[in-house]
Amino acid sequence: MNLHEYQSKEILKYFGIKVPRYVIVNNIENSIELSKTLQKETGTKYFIIKAQIHAGGRGISGGIKIAKSLKEVKEKVSKILGKYLITPQTSKEGKLVNKVMIAEDIYYEGKYKIKEYYISLLFDRIKNKNIIIYSNEGGIDIESTAINNYNKIFIEEIDSSIGLQAFQTRKIAFNLKLNGQSFNEFIEFLYSLYRAYIKSDATLLEINPLLKTSDNHIVAIDAKIIIDDNALFRHSDYVAMRDIKEEDPIEAEAYKFGLNFVRLKGNVACVVNGAGLAMATMDMIQLYGLYPANFLDIGGNADIKRIEKAFNILLNDKTVKIIFVNIFGGIVRCDIVSLGIINSCKKHKILKPIVIRFNGTNYNLAINIINNNGLKNIYYAFSLKEAMEKIKFLV
Amino acid sequence: MSILVNKNSKVIVQGFTGKEGSFHSEKMIAYGTNVIGGVTPGKGGQRHLEKPVFNTVEEAVKQLGLIDVSIIFVPAIFAADVILEAADAGISLIVCITEGIPILDMIKVKYYINNKNCKLIGPNCPGIITVEETLIGIMPSSIFKKGNIGIISRSGTLTYEVADQIVKSGYGISTAIGIGGDYIIGFSILEIIKLFMNDPDTDVIVLIGEIGGQLEIEAAKWIKNNKKCNKAVIGFIAGVTAPKGRIMGHAGAIIGGKNDTAQFKIEIMKKCGMYIVTSLDQIGYEISKIMKKYN
Repeated sequence: MNLHEYQSKEILKYFGIKVPRYVIVNNIENSIELSKTLQKETGTKYFIIKAQIHAGGRGISGGIKIAKSLKEVKEKVSKILGKYLITPQTSKEGKLVNKVMIAEDIYYEGKYKIKEYYISLLFDRIKNKNIIIYSNEGGIDIESTAINNYNKIFIEEIDSSIGLQAFQTRKIAFNLKLNGQSFNEFIEFLYSLYRAYIKSDATLLEINPLLKTSDNHIVAIDAKIIIDDNALFRHSDYVAMRDIKEEDPIEAEAYKFGLNFVRLKGNVACVVNGAGLAMATMDMIQLYGLYPANFLDIGGNADIKRIEKAFNILLNDKTVKIIFVNIFGGIVRCDIVSLGIINSCKKHKILKPIVIRFNGTNYNLAINIINNNGLKNIYYAFSLKEAMEKIKFLV
Repeated sequence: MSILVNKNSKVIVQGFTGKEGSFHSEKMIAYGTNVIGGVTPGKGGQRHLEKPVFNTVEEAVKQLGLIDVSIIFVPAIFAADVILEAADAGISLIVCITEGIPILDMIKVKYYINNKNCKLIGPNCPGIITVEETLIGIMPSSIFKKGNIGIISRSGTLTYEVADQIVKSGYGISTAIGIGGDYIIGFSILEIIKLFMNDPDTDVIVLIGEIGGQLEIEAAKWIKNNKKCNKAVIGFIAGVTAPKGRIMGHAGAIIGGKNDTAQFKIEIMKKCGMYIVTSLDQIGYEISKIMKKYN
């Protein structure tokens, strides 16, 4: 589950990590009032205005602005809030900005030189360990730096049995050339960061940039946390943080019914049981010169209601021209799937062609159910090849 | 011979009396699997499906003697803990069917079992079948016929599809194993390939992989560099059309970078001398073409 920057910072604060103080606004009217309060509280001269969307690359795309006065706050917020922001990580249409963060400016002048760093924690699936990636260069695009400038990146592996150790925190602090108060603050910060990563069941915790201020404090300027969906059962407080406005509306609808759905760009929808078979079905559609409209795994314990919901979604989706049902019955019974299909079709006036291929548990029964229902839009195929030929003909 | 399990393997079921555990235990027993008991905390002393139920795995070991395999049908919240329990009790092969175990819990499990004389299949897997001998999993056993093709897969239903196409093409299967679709799993593809290479009942190996991770690449490189690999390995990778950065059903099926896409894996596997099948509807046909070369 992806979190917004402000949600990630709430988690960091809880674990004792310093972040710039901020307010969140969702309409232009209250932006001035809240900024005044922020100014009173922090004494900040300038304000950092940041779009809250689930996508990186905001800085280079106009999603982060500096307001040098309260008057400018209103002007700059209105340029972001309620507008679509296009970044290298969004679609061409961009993402609608529903919330804006207004933060204190902590890049103020002072005794020491201001310096940015990069640091992240994640699980490395090849090493089977949690790792810390860090760099002396903050604000970098870590993926391209890892390829083009890998000597600028340090990696520290964390032993699964003993966790982060003191010598590792020292090593990292020395590699980042910290000293004095910022050295000690960084060590504290790193322990807290590790604790936040573990305790929140994050699969990624990225601080980019991390800042050493001109008075030698360590502050997390930006934050990105991804939570392990499988661990949400022990984080009821995080479940409420899911922002379905950030998700594709059709995917969000499918999620509500326990369907594993990923929207793609084609027009041949597929309804499959099992993730591997679903991906292989999408690939086969492409090998036949067509394009899949979605990934959909109905899951092992799909009942009639869930199948019906899946079909309602696909029948209502205007981009879908044809639906391919590819079920290999194991625990999922083909007859249950056929009943779900029929229930959905009977409730829709405009029907799309549906090509069905059943195999495994109760497939004979399922074919009988389909044949006895007189639905003219349903075509049955006895093999995958036959199914693909029918789809090519009908689409 | 076969790999990992055979008709003599003594099996217990953790989560024995639950809905899933009962349903699949019944099917396994009907197939001939030597299920000798089960564990459900709080139900020790009862009998279920005519087998004894124990409160703990340790107690089961004490009462039943040597247990070869434990299969786990326990909800994700408790699953990691019961894997640890089985490993602690000295079970040498654990099959975990459960989907949805948190990564953090599996890091602990992986570390713990690495230091025990213990191997794990899964989690989030369909289990293992040695055809006409034993079923320790949830696979629909009726589609499998005995033969000399070994199957290793990261997926469930895709394995059934491939097995079905192999059987319908006139060939059969020695052992089929689903190693699981999760981010962190027990057995790697390479470990299973090595077992199949040493199995006299297996002549040809089918590897069904997918996007995410490096398990297929690790196996392909070993195949290329190892002279002992005298058996043909046929590969299929699902997810050519999957978008980057999205989880495709299986928690581990996610493209992270350029080197875990389906295209990249297929490229490496080809270079390493494996046969590649690209279209789902052609798997049986392509395998039968290769089988004719070897028979």
